[in-house]
Amino acid sequence: MTLWKHYHTPSTLDEALALLASYDGRARIVAGGTDLLLDIRHGHVPPQEALIDVTCIDGLNTMRLDGDTLLIGAGVTHSQIVGSDTLASRATCLVESCGVVGGPQVRNVGTLGGNVAHALPAGDGTTSLVALDAEVEVVHQGERRWLPIGELFLGPGVSLLDPTRDILVQFRVRLCGPREATAFKRIMRPQGVALPILGCAAWLRLDEAGERCEDARVCIGPVAKVPARATAVEEALRGAPVDEAAIERAVGAAHESLSPRTSKYRATAEYRQEMADVLLRRVLPLAAERARTGQAVPEGVGME
Amino acid sequence: MSKLNITVNDQPYDLDIPESRTLAQLLRYDLGLTGTKIGCEEAECGICTVLVNGVPVDSCIYPAFKAQGASITTIEGLANNGDLHALQKAFIDHGAVQCGFCTPGLIMTAKALLDNNPDPSDHEIKVALKDTYCRCTGYTSVFNAIHSAASDLRGQGPLAWKAVKTVEPLKAVGQPVAAQEAVDKVTGHARFADDYVFPGMLFGRTLRAAYPHARIVSIDTSRAEALPGVKAVLTHEDVPGENIHGLVYADWPALAADKVRYMGDPVAIVAAETADIAAEALGLIEVEYEPLPVVGDPEFARSPEAARVHEEREDGNLLKHIKVRHGDIDQGFAEADVVIEREYRTPTIEHMFMEPECAIGVPAGFDDEHPKLTVYVGSQIPYEDRRQAARVLGIPEDQLRVRGTLIGGGFGGKEDIAGQIHVAMLAQTTGKPVKMLYTRQESMLFHPKRHATIIRIKTGARRDGTLTAVQAELYGDGGAYASLSDKVMTRATTHATGPYVVPNARIDCYVMYTNNPPSGAFRGFGVTQSAFAVEQNMDLVAEAIGMDPMEFRLKNAQRVGATTATGQLLRESVGLLETIERVDGDMRAGDAPFRWGWREGSKAYGWGIACAYKNTGLGGGAPDRAVAEVEVFENSIAEVRTSSADMGQGLSAVLAQVTAEELGLPVNQVRVLLSDTDLTPDGGPTTASRQTYVSGNAARHAAVVMREALASVAAEHMSVPPDEIRFEGGKLRYNGSSIEIGEVVGWMREQGMEARSRYTYDAPATQPLGTGGDMHFAFSYATQAALVEVDLDTGAVHVLKVIAANDVGRAINPRALEGQVEGGISMGLGNCLTEQYIIEDGVPWSGLFARYKIPSIKHTPEVISHLVEHPTADGPFGAKGVGEITSINTTPAIANAIYNATGLRVFRIPVDQDALLRAIKSGAREVTATWSDVK
Repeated sequence: MTLWKHYHTPSTLDEALALLASYDGRARIVAGGTDLLLDIRHGHVPPQEALIDVTCIDGLNTMRLDGDTLLIGAGVTHSQIVGSDTLASRATCLVESCGVVGGPQVRNVGTLGGNVAHALPAGDGTTSLVALDAEVEVVHQGERRWLPIGELFLGPGVSLLDPTRDILVQFRVRLCGPREATAFKRIMRPQGVALPILGCAAWLRLDEAGERCEDARVCIGPVAKVPARATAVEEALRGAPVDEAAIERAVGAAHESLSPRTSKYRATAEYRQEMADVLLRRVLPLAAERARTGQAVPEGVGME
Repeated sequence: MSKLNITVNDQPYDLDIPESRTLAQLLRYDLGLTGTKIGCEEAECGICTVLVNGVPVDSCIYPAFKAQGASITTIEGLANNGDLHALQKAFIDHGAVQCGFCTPGLIMTAKALLDNNPDPSDHEIKVALKDTYCRCTGYTSVFNAIHSAASDLRGQGPLAWKAVKTVEPLKAVGQPVAAQEAVDKVTGHARFADDYVFPGMLFGRTLRAAYPHARIVSIDTSRAEALPGVKAVLTHEDVPGENIHGLVYADWPALAADKVRYMGDPVAIVAAETADIAAEALGLIEVEYEPLPVVGDPEFARSPEAARVHEEREDGNLLKHIKVRHGDIDQGFAEADVVIEREYRTPTIEHMFMEPECAIGVPAGFDDEHPKLTVYVGSQIPYEDRRQAARVLGIPEDQLRVRGTLIGGGFGGKEDIAGQIHVAMLAQTTGKPVKMLYTRQESMLFHPKRHATIIRIKTGARRDGTLTAVQAELYGDGGAYASLSDKVMTRATTHATGPYVVPNARIDCYVMYTNNPPSGAFRGFGVTQSAFAVEQNMDLVAEAIGMDPMEFRLKNAQRVGATTATGQLLRESVGLLETIERVDGDMRAGDAPFRWGWREGSKAYGWGIACAYKNTGLGGGAPDRAVAEVEVFENSIAEVRTSSADMGQGLSAVLAQVTAEELGLPVNQVRVLLSDTDLTPDGGPTTASRQTYVSGNAARHAAVVMREALASVAAEHMSVPPDEIRFEGGKLRYNGSSIEIGEVVGWMREQGMEARSRYTYDAPATQPLGTGGDMHFAFSYATQAALVEVDLDTGAVHVLKVIAANDVGRAINPRALEGQVEGGISMGLGNCLTEQYIIEDGVPWSGLFARYKIPSIKHTPEVISHLVEHPTADGPFGAKGVGEITSINTTPAIANAIYNATGLRVFRIPVDQDALLRAIKSGAREVTATWSDVK
């Protein structure tokens, strides 16, 4: 089966947009293609007249430090992210989540932009970007603008972007400063599709004494149709010392506020609820420890 | 067509090709670099890995034009002027090459690792190779090979192969010999069926059923035939001979006629100028169906309300009722102090050999090399292919030649006919060669699998630990066609007592037709399933009577002089006790007092053991014959020929070794020619762990006949008594002088004799089940202990270590044998923890590689292997079967270990962490759910 007829590798954004316009809906944006090409092959997406590869566009395949902010091109591969020392120490959860996507061959090609554009409620990279409160720059309906990452998702597998017209350009992530840190972990099963049963990313900021949690952002997924912050969990953490009691309050808040569902051949709702507890008990102390010590070494990269 | 500038293995190319190419297609089809294999086309299996600017990628979904201007390295680019790369050498020297289909992918992925990390740890190897799968090796040898190559590349020299202890080796037998294909397999030059290309070749595709059970009302192929580029569209109406095939019962139409019985049933076949056109044509064939009620599981299949899968059968959906009756079952249970009765369930399991099926038909008279209709295929039974295909084609068998290619793994899944018949029909119709390559997804849908079973087993024992009775009822899901169900489930039934002395047994097995994919042969051949039940019941009984499970097994273990439940007196070669003792010794070694289970924080640890036995050979009264031919040439090279298949298990090396041993030739002076119905005599099916024994014996005896003929001619020529001539190092020696073996061949030829011998070996006769006597001529025995870690927070199970002892009679090739042990354990681990082929009311859910997880390198436990060699009198040099015994008891050993770690017993596999954790939380003791219940 011919999955696509023409393959373009434009070197500028304008060129890519012009190509999309010229195909008028019969071409799609592709980055690594590790999801899209399989979707076409398996009939979930129709064969395309053309694919417009964005990974050669200047600026889309690189990362750029701007003060305490890192700009990550949408065509940056998972491997580039995993290999970034800046991200490893200052946005550790992103390295931890991108480091467990697929195997090395897929991470070498698959991009963070593609992962996010796929809009899966359990996208590993997405979970961490939400906890990092990332922003995303898009060209949407002909207009180039920045959005909070949460606004990108409309439903399972559905994003704001029309892949035949729009382009995801880059991400903006504020890196962790002193007393701030992140962590990500997920639960997998050894059978069936390699999608996480549950993933959890957390960002914490401690007070000057390194005891109380000044601020927290937590994302647990999939628990809803779109990736979202676990605000009740965050609330349970804010202002309290990050100790066992606080973590158990966070676990309690997760129990009350999150209602994970049973998904076929992946997990029962009951198991997911248990795993939310387990993940919070693993992720929160790790993030707190990193914030306290200022030391962060990504865990679990390349495994599960 | 567009311009692509690309450098491949340092050679620049300026190509004009369609932009729709993937990198794998470009390499294989445009550049002819067929060393890069395609295993799944899902970016899952990793065996298509090549390096793009030094970075490993899955070439199956990498657009070729994405590589514009890039430098590509493939497996063909590794060797330097014929000098193998350190990794290529190490893969051979450490036994990491079996079928060879995934080898290029493993080596390329490993190369990318070593290019960046000259001394990787085991963990780093796991990270790098996590998604590069191998179904044969079990990965232990892959770790060793990579460490060795890394050391070599660092200038510290390669590491030695970690030899396993065996009896004193002979000159060739007992030596770690590399298979003759090994170098080709590591350089990418090995040719599997899809690597063959013929001028003007067409591409075939198969239209499969749209329903699991439906009547075919009409088939209209006119629109497909009208599509430009389509050369033939055939249906059942075009079958020239009898439209039926089947290995045991002929019940399987070559093309569905009146109805379809499972989703894999072929309804029509197409040949076209390109694979794309053939695929498009399938969509234009209009089939009208009348759907019928689906028979989805074997218990329901037996009920009166179930629809009939084969209406003409008198027994309804009952394919076979198999019975074992031994002693007095009531008396047996009356004598028991403890009786344990439980129900176990095992799922349908997919072979997932890395090479999807491929066949090529070349029409008669196509060229000088093909005077007759020829089918190229990687098959486990070439002569059966010929018989079955000739019947459907309506031609005498002598007008059809089956030429075996290399086989990228089989494990029982390449015994039934796949595309062989279809390509022959299409080649005959079109007058052109036709290749039919199944996609991974088609392969998973179509070919017969391991039977799903329901096993209710009741075990009785006296308080002193003596087994008194076993009663069992088994249901096997035979699927839509008989395939080897009869034989497989007979083995499940006869082995349902386990390798123990059970004086009273009553076992009933019902194999049922359903509308699921057919079930057939799969490494372990039914015994894998019954062992899961038997060995857990053994632990339950041991616990109930308060006896150590190892001691309980020792007490009841079969030994010489014991009688099996089928009435067979075991007269020799029963190494079970020694396998138990070896494993037990290792398991209990160490300073700390031994514990079966313990906890550390939120982790629970446990040891579990299981024993197994497995017949060598067909048994049950089936004549078990292999024919082999040995020819010696004037250059002192010998060739041994038999049609038996080497699917990666290492038969070619075994045949070379036994021949070399008998002829006194260096093993590299023996060539092996396999799997060709015109050039090699019939070695019989490659199944039932029989080839080392049966074809090995045929080759050995043929070599002896050859040796005697050579000795006789030489003796006459030189006037010495023939029995004073010794065959050694490729020479005939006598009285301190020697001549080359080839020179004697010259003398024979001068006398008008051919230096060729042929031997028909008939294995010792066996008896059918139910008649008593010897049902099998040999059994292999094994014990395994598994150490598991269970995460009590998540329920996740990890196997840390497996200790295995296998009684194989005699290790002919210890390195290849270790590969069987390690690969068998890996497959057993998958059977227990990761694998299940889910079918929903006749429709497979597990239709993708991505939906069916086989063990990856990250699952690899530490493996400690003991070889126990209790020779069997008739086996070649004492050898008996190896291929299956290594895989059977891993699953129950892990299950018993989980119990000892957690106190929870799992009655269904694969073990589900979700169900396990819910049981832990609820305080339940028994887990009867698995992940396919999560809906």
